[in-house]
Amino acid sequence: MAAEFTPEEVTYVATLARLQLSEDEVQHYAQQLSAVLGHIDAIRALDLAGVPPTSHSFDLVNVLREDIVEPGVDRDEVLRAAPLAESGRFRVPPILGEAP
Amino acid sequence: MSSESMSAFEIADAVRTGVISARTVVSRALERIASQEGELHCFNIVTREEALASADAIDAKVSRGEDPGPLAGVPVALKDNLCTRGIPTTCSSKILEGWLPPYDATVVERLRAAGAISVGKTNLDEFAMGSSTENSAFGPTKNPWDHSRVPGGSSGGSAATVAAGYVPLSLGSDTGGSIRQPASFCGVVGVKPTYGLVSRYGLIAFASSLDQIGPFATTVADSALMLESILGHDPRDSTSLDKVPTSIVSALSLGVSGLRVGVISDFLVDADDTVVDAVRGAAVALSSAGAKVDEVAIPELMNGLAAYYLIAPAEASSNLSRYDGVRYGLRVDGPDVASMNARTRALGFGSEVKRRIMLGTYVLSAGYYDAYYTQAQRVRTLVARAFNRAYEQFDVLIGPTTPSVAFGFGQKTEDPLAMYLSDLFTIPSNLAGHPAMSVPFALGEHGLPIGVQVFAPALGEPVMFQVANAIEAAQQERSRGPVGVSESRRS
Repeated sequence: MAAEFTPEEVTYVATLARLQLSEDEVQHYAQQLSAVLGHIDAIRALDLAGVPPTSHSFDLVNVLREDIVEPGVDRDEVLRAAPLAESGRFRVPPILGEAP
Repeated sequence: MSSESMSAFEIADAVRTGVISARTVVSRALERIASQEGELHCFNIVTREEALASADAIDAKVSRGEDPGPLAGVPVALKDNLCTRGIPTTCSSKILEGWLPPYDATVVERLRAAGAISVGKTNLDEFAMGSSTENSAFGPTKNPWDHSRVPGGSSGGSAATVAAGYVPLSLGSDTGGSIRQPASFCGVVGVKPTYGLVSRYGLIAFASSLDQIGPFATTVADSALMLESILGHDPRDSTSLDKVPTSIVSALSLGVSGLRVGVISDFLVDADDTVVDAVRGAAVALSSAGAKVDEVAIPELMNGLAAYYLIAPAEASSNLSRYDGVRYGLRVDGPDVASMNARTRALGFGSEVKRRIMLGTYVLSAGYYDAYYTQAQRVRTLVARAFNRAYEQFDVLIGPTTPSVAFGFGQKTEDPLAMYLSDLFTIPSNLAGHPAMSVPFALGEHGLPIGVQVFAPALGEPVMFQVANAIEAAQQERSRGPVGVSESRRS
């Protein structure tokens, strides 16, 4: 596993991340991300056996609060800020490719 | 005394006692903004009418004999990644253009309750990703000290608005140095509080395990006053801490006699000479004030940068998946949902945001997760342990905030790695969740400001401010202030 971001990997990752890229962008990002990865890669060589990973600075587990009914965010205000809404819902293009 | 030269403390006091009206204070701030904003571009939006209406409400409270709060009539600026109900909140991204948040961030509510008056939303690197504000979709902010240089970032607009004398206080967010680095570049105080001290409800998320909101101010005392007004538990942010120090202003006058201060020697190796001189000058000043100062090597901190550029993009790639053209702002149509998503994100995000989303998606993908992401989380443990070991010997640590003074526009935009390196000394505190702040101390190359960074253990804000106040008191003479800002304000 080399510390290199190939154009194929850029294309693959962009697909996973739902980013449409031009061919120029693919080449550009491959070069820039390889440079960044080259720097970061040294981290793999560190011997960290026995060091537990930290996902969060403090050990907060199952933070609970009283279940009190309060007004939430206004639905219509939320929908007004969306690109397209209809009948109290967000409207999107077809999901499965069927005719609209 | 003009309100430009008044501290937040002085303004609040004058407004509360009826010496000056909030409307006068806010009007003058708006005039200063109007006179320089065309050149500096600190703001994405100036909320003039709302600010004047809020000022009138404060003045009405004063005339009714009600307490208008500890920040009464103080004009403040908010980084444009803090949600403000009904007022555009863009994160300086095209993807959120036109979006109006349906609620206020907790810090916005708390500032309002304290009597502060927001005058607008400040420019930032898109989604807080960057160190120069050059990644803003709406154009960069200029450094008030030298208009050919960056103000730093990502909270560049918030730092510059205080440095330019528009307002005495502003809020930023700091994920890897985004408050402290621009504070250093702009010659103002910038504070990243302990993770969990300030509620992030309504802060648009970048890297959730690292993000923290904090103040910018012209003085250490003002930054303490602002922090006191926004800190404390919030049931709407499950990461906000319950038991926290509430009195920070009272720590300012305690002095540093007998405090043990460690100078992080590893950070002096990679900093410019004038920056190293500033840190050593601050160390000497603390020593003269009675602190016991020694150098300390903490080599583990130098691994922080690599860990950060794995963890932050990983979290960002997940957080930013919500910008899909469905719920907020921009949509670029497509024949199906997937292509609509991909087209919207292609047009809506700038190149740095795309880089980080791809890097994050890569390190979280099958085959790389353990080698990169889990390994980075182990380094995070090492960094926190190394800090805590140092705090067995020292009450606080100091070091440079940035390796150099503010750099020029375009100098690092084509080399992401060089840009990332400007956060080398600020990142470790985010990884550990500890507080740190930058205090302007000296002028370096080209007469540009240099900040000294003060580090403290988790929830060690009182002692951190104690030391910051002593550093400020010993501040080396400033030969000049930012362009267009009166000398009187600086003295």
